[in-house]
Amino acid sequence: MSAMLLEVEQLSKSFGGIQAVQNVSFYVKKEDIVAVIGPNGAGKTTLFNMISGIVPPTSGFVRFQGAIVSGKQPHELAMLGMTRTFQNLQLFADMTVLENVMVGFHSRLKSGIVSAGFRLPRTVKEEKQAQEQAFFCLEQVGLAHLAWERAGTLPYGMQRLVEIARAAVSRPSLILLDEPMAGLNPQESKQLVDVLLMMREQGFSFLFVEHDMETVMAIADRIVVLDYGKKIAEGAPEEIARHPDVIKAYLGEEAV
Amino acid sequence: MEHGQRMTDGRKRWLWLAGAVVWLGLPWLVFGNNYVLSTLVLIGLYALVGTGMTLLMGYAGQISLGQAAFYGMGAYTSAYLTAHAGWPAWLALVAGAALAALVALVVGIPVFRLREHYLALATLGFGVIMFTFFKEWKGITGGLNGFFGIPPIRIAGIPLQSDWQFYYLVSSFVLAGGWFARNVVRSRVGRALRAIHGSEVAASSLGVNITKYKLQIFILSAVYASVAGSLYAHYVTFINPDLFGIIPSIYFLIMVIIGGTASVWGGLVGAAVYVCLGEWLKAVVPLLLPNAGGEFEIVFFGLLLVIMLIYMPNGLTGVAPQGLRRCWKTSWRQSERATAVDSHKARSIGGEQG
Ligand SMILES: Nc1ncnc2c1ncn2[C@@H]1O[C@H](COP(=O)(O)OP(=O)(O)OP(=O)(O)O)[C@@H](O)[C@H]1O
Ligand SMILES: [Mg+2]
Repeated sequence: MSAMLLEVEQLSKSFGGIQAVQNVSFYVKKEDIVAVIGPNGAGKTTLFNMISGIVPPTSGFVRFQGAIVSGKQPHELAMLGMTRTFQNLQLFADMTVLENVMVGFHSRLKSGIVSAGFRLPRTVKEEKQAQEQAFFCLEQVGLAHLAWERAGTLPYGMQRLVEIARAAVSRPSLILLDEPMAGLNPQESKQLVDVLLMMREQGFSFLFVEHDMETVMAIADRIVVLDYGKKIAEGAPEEIARHPDVIKAYLGEEAV
Repeated sequence: MEHGQRMTDGRKRWLWLAGAVVWLGLPWLVFGNNYVLSTLVLIGLYALVGTGMTLLMGYAGQISLGQAAFYGMGAYTSAYLTAHAGWPAWLALVAGAALAALVALVVGIPVFRLREHYLALATLGFGVIMFTFFKEWKGITGGLNGFFGIPPIRIAGIPLQSDWQFYYLVSSFVLAGGWFARNVVRSRVGRALRAIHGSEVAASSLGVNITKYKLQIFILSAVYASVAGSLYAHYVTFINPDLFGIIPSIYFLIMVIIGGTASVWGGLVGAAVYVCLGEWLKAVVPLLLPNAGGEFEIVFFGLLLVIMLIYMPNGLTGVAPQGLRRCWKTSWRQSERATAVDSHKARSIGGEQG
């Protein structure tokens, strides 16, 4: 039995009258890959925003690596080892691909403004390390040759890969991916699935939202199903595929 | 490939050498002309303020419409401590910078909760308040009558009073300030600032403490402005509150927009253009409009600001010809590429994995 990484307890969020997420509980263990699925507007992104500290929950709490983290800022969570990607890409468009990934290494470096301004040896060493790690990470996702391009000029599918490299370069204990496949063509999706499978081999844990059921079935260890903000099912892929409520709420639509 | 690298290294060395010769030899090149030298000193002082603002506006994407207040804080702190308290000028300069940093911290904590035009308005309000302080706190600032008799700054006991001495002093500060800013930009901190500019939500979920960096860069820009103000006070030996009001703050903003934010040297370029255009206007306008007062200047620069924002939002450093831009961009990118690839090769040879 491996250690608990993330525990979500009775998490709820309402926006005015809308109950976006209602009493959702689940967990992610070390080296787990958990998928969150559900129809549009089911509350998946809101759930992610609460876990990553971007939106405060209305009630409930989140425990990460054994400590309660609700109320912490996103950067504090990143420092503790939780990073994420976004459903609508949030790349730093004017920075190079390499610089984007180097920002991802921020939490592993220490140089402050004074040390950086005087370019003390410590900073020089850190910069070299950041660059090496970022370059290595880009190589792993097959984008090393684009390292010096402006991120905003890359095709959409590659921007998605850059975002994943950026979230992974600091080797966080948990990565949240919000619809990593959205907007990709079949070839790009395949490349991304390969990257995710490789990360899985390397022992990354992640929690991801995905609509593409084929991908979900292929890589998830467990699936959490949301509908209208409530968790309606949770289990291994084969259980979920047979679950009557899920078929009605979600797979049903696709099966028709 | 290696040959090409050596060529650019050689050319770079020549460029550096030529730059150093022009910098050091300038007082002779202009035959010690005081008008030219004093214009250069003014450019240098504004460039120092502009460099700090370029970091704040261009890299972190935050605005300040009250920067002249920090310029004034440096000037009055130096004036008061050297003239009335007998402090050495250098110590007073440091005290001014410390005061500006402290005020920037106290003001920045509430103000940087705001964004965009709310931030602009809040910093404008801060500028108005400080201007009122300079005007009304007569016991310290001399009020509207001004502050007279500021003693000179000394290096190794020698008082600096002539224009050429100040030229060397101020230009050294500009170069050091530019070097420091450049280093900040090319570091973890600079990347964090640009990331904040690009997407706050993404930056913070990668570990960037947004509030902390906005505050730090605001404080740094205040220190740049304050140091420039201290030097200015010792240069002109007489200061009055009008130099540190809202209009000067707007001029600093205009300089940064003219200079652009594609490079940390944008502040220097903007200051040079602003001062030269201003001098040219002073010479030309009386010929065209004999009765025009000083207001034509703000009208002219206001129009220029609008035109720049429409047609050249990235400023002069943003549209500089490719060749020139390569001097400050590609050369370091090439070296960066070389080191990244080299270190990568070294690691592969070492056989170490992930
Ligand atoms: N900031 C907000 N203010 C008001 N309502 C919101 C806000 N964010 C989300 N909602 C509402 O909460 C519900 C859940 O939205 P959410 O974005 O979490 O769904 P989702 O499952 O991610 O959907 P999709 O598959 O389309 O990405 C929706 O009804 C949405 O309109
Ligand atoms: Mg969503």
